[in-house]
Amino acid sequence: MTTDQLSRTFAALADPTRRDLVARLSLGDATLTELAAPYTMSLQAVSKHLTVLERAGLVSRGKEAQRKPVHLQPAVLEPVTDWLETYRRRAEERYQRLDAVLAELAETDPHDTRGENR
Amino acid sequence: MTDHQQARIEADPRVPIIRIVRDFAATPAQLYRAHTDPALYARWVGPNDITTRIDHWDCRTGGSWAFSNVRGDESYSFHGCFHEISPTRLVQTFTFDGWPDGVSLETLTSRTRRGRAADHALPAPIVVSELEAAADQAS
Repeated sequence: MTTDQLSRTFAALADPTRRDLVARLSLGDATLTELAAPYTMSLQAVSKHLTVLERAGLVSRGKEAQRKPVHLQPAVLEPVTDWLETYRRRAEERYQRLDAVLAELAETDPHDTRGENR
Repeated sequence: MTDHQQARIEADPRVPIIRIVRDFAATPAQLYRAHTDPALYARWVGPNDITTRIDHWDCRTGGSWAFSNVRGDESYSFHGCFHEISPTRLVQTFTFDGWPDGVSLETLTSRTRRGRAADHALPAPIVVSELEAAADQAS
């Protein structure tokens, strides 16, 4: 997965309606009519949002002439989670190095460590 | 130390702030020392695969700092100001010299967690550290 795909995913998700569509599709496939029902915007406007999600690979649309159900492609969201986790892991690694330094301070100054909770 | 909370990152939905929360088995004084003593700070600020060289360190309210991350021929430098230095609250700015227009404001607060039975089994009080970073998106 390239950074470019990540950019496309974030761009596609940078809209509250499209995030709402993704959230609803995570519960199951739905048709355009079903997806548009809760909104005041036109069917065409919802269809445009779906096209953006489709181009980013987040959803696919069925081929059946009548229903054309919209289907979420959850695998595309995994790199987003991985990207965010990288930063959390980096912070945790930093604090584990800090743990080691603090443990050393505790050894050199034992009185300092036996304080408030004892 | 399995009941220690690992680093958790929260994003504030209203303002461009991220908050990192982490538990430490240490006293507030030890945490303060590890943040303000340049020799200790250089040992943990990281990242893992790179050496930190302190170029300037004037750790007091109104002071400033600069360090470089060095790996072979590569070097990345950073600088900022210490806005407030007190035992439980450190406020400072952070800029990557490769992107001088960008600056983030970091606030580190620590408090001692009390009251839970599990805490008493630990050799030292647990300090909860919260790092708030507000990024100024240079446009």
